[in-house]
Amino acid sequence: MRLKKRTKVPRWQRTSFLNYLMLSLITFLSVFPFYWMFVVSSNTDAEISKSPPSLVPGPRFMEVVHKVLTAEGVYFTQALINTFLVGISIAIAQVIFSAIAGFAFAKLDFRGRKFSILFIIATMMLPSQLGVVPLFIMVNKLHLVNTLNALIVPALVTAFGVFWMRQIIDAQIPNELLEAASIDGASVPRVFWSIVLPSIRASAFVLGLFAFLAAWNDYLWPTIVLQSPEKFTLQVALTQLKPLYGLDYALQMGGAFLATAPLLILFIFVGKRLVSGVMDGAVKG
Amino acid sequence: MNGRWGYPAIAPFFVIFLIFGVAPVVYSVYISFYKWDPLGVSEFNGINNFTFLLQDSDFWIALRNTFSIWALSTFPQLAMALGFAWILRNRRLKGKSFWRTILLVPNITSVIAITIVFQQLFGRDYGIINSLIQLIPGVERIDFVEGTLSSHIQIATMITWRWLGYNTLIFLASMLAIPDELYESASVDGASRWQQFVFVTLPQLKNTITFVLIVGTIGGLQVFAEPQQLGADGGSTKQFLTLTLFLYNQAFLNNKYGYAAAVGIAITIIVLIISTINFFITRRIASESSS
Repeated sequence: MRLKKRTKVPRWQRTSFLNYLMLSLITFLSVFPFYWMFVVSSNTDAEISKSPPSLVPGPRFMEVVHKVLTAEGVYFTQALINTFLVGISIAIAQVIFSAIAGFAFAKLDFRGRKFSILFIIATMMLPSQLGVVPLFIMVNKLHLVNTLNALIVPALVTAFGVFWMRQIIDAQIPNELLEAASIDGASVPRVFWSIVLPSIRASAFVLGLFAFLAAWNDYLWPTIVLQSPEKFTLQVALTQLKPLYGLDYALQMGGAFLATAPLLILFIFVGKRLVSGVMDGAVKG
Repeated sequence: MNGRWGYPAIAPFFVIFLIFGVAPVVYSVYISFYKWDPLGVSEFNGINNFTFLLQDSDFWIALRNTFSIWALSTFPQLAMALGFAWILRNRRLKGKSFWRTILLVPNITSVIAITIVFQQLFGRDYGIINSLIQLIPGVERIDFVEGTLSSHIQIATMITWRWLGYNTLIFLASMLAIPDELYESASVDGASRWQQFVFVTLPQLKNTITFVLIVGTIGGLQVFAEPQQLGADGGSTKQFLTLTLFLYNQAFLNNKYGYAAAVGIAITIIVLIISTINFFITRRIASESSS
């Protein structure tokens, strides 16, 4: 009976127990470090240093949270606010500017369009470290060093975001639709607002999410341009927890957990959309 | 459509892009020919920054380390990502959406937070990984951070952990775009699953593999936070000094802006060389396996 049922499935479509085992293994490895942050930050050092170490959460978590939030010279709550402000500003700006410029590059005829697109793609191949030193000199001259604007302004819109939106608009919106609207007398801004924007909403949201996550996790640039602890973002603040009391794993891991928890909560709501964002980008790119 | 709106529409982007994207690149070429420090005092230095760079043993150590970490984090990851994508592409797999989503979790996490966790996991005295290693009889604890290869493995593991799911999804998307008929006809011809993977899937994925390799190379040359957190100077014998950490230290610890800009240009040249090689190799492999 069972054999008969299996032969119905084409050979190249079969799944086996081994497949599920591998997927379970990778799931475990993906989730374990998060669980481990919580375990270490909620146990005493003695529990963690014994062999084998304790693998279950202990009772100390709130105590460690308190220690992280009140650590001397570390403004963890402020860093959380800073990171959030920077992430939101960059995400909103990138979505707006990328959608408008992406629309122009995909659908409007103007001189220099093709050349500009090639130029943008070419610059995307350049590694970002190339510009780090001059960018710092420029930001310094603009008196932005040690302000959150030093993080926000250079990231208001990126070549990647514009190129991505261009690909999406090019693929999702038929020219005939735009032409029909324009024959009916709709102006270009009107077409953008009432035809283009509604149809790219999902993609624009994904772009915003990626921009937000990138800003949240950025470390190299913030550590260069931010100098005083009350201006730090979470990533920079986390590195402050290290030398504070010698090697205190619980404190560091507590900080790491606090800095990651907001992203995990966000991920519960947007994980599926991120997955389709990554996969959509792949087919077109 | 009417192009009159083209320029105003791209203007905000173009202004930001020219100032913060293009100008630093041009400026960086200029600075690399000068002795330049934070006060802005500059003195023309010809190609001295570059000749000095080629004689700087730290640069070569950083290049070696970066390349080693890149190889250790790219090739095993590529193989695993292809494997997992191959599993996930199966239409009859249960819980597809769940597996895909959970694979992406590591990618969203803060790099510093992850470095902290992995430093603890790889710890010499209390790390779980060493506890597991000790279960093997006769094997000593490994001080991962102190060894050259072992510190590279530790850093490569963090990178792989973070990017495996992402690259799996990229491969999965391309695999799903391969028409079923190709597999059906291969199956009729008696091709085993492994043969189908090698002769049907791989050739169809050549562009995606090139893309992942190039993005991985650019990312690999940017490795900074992980080694910096293990040891700001790159380790006691510079065993995990990477190119970007070297650049950062020259610019912001030693205040040698001109020299650091030269390092940036060297990194860019390396990216371009490797991208070109990648492109030709993947094209060749793919055309050989499809013929």
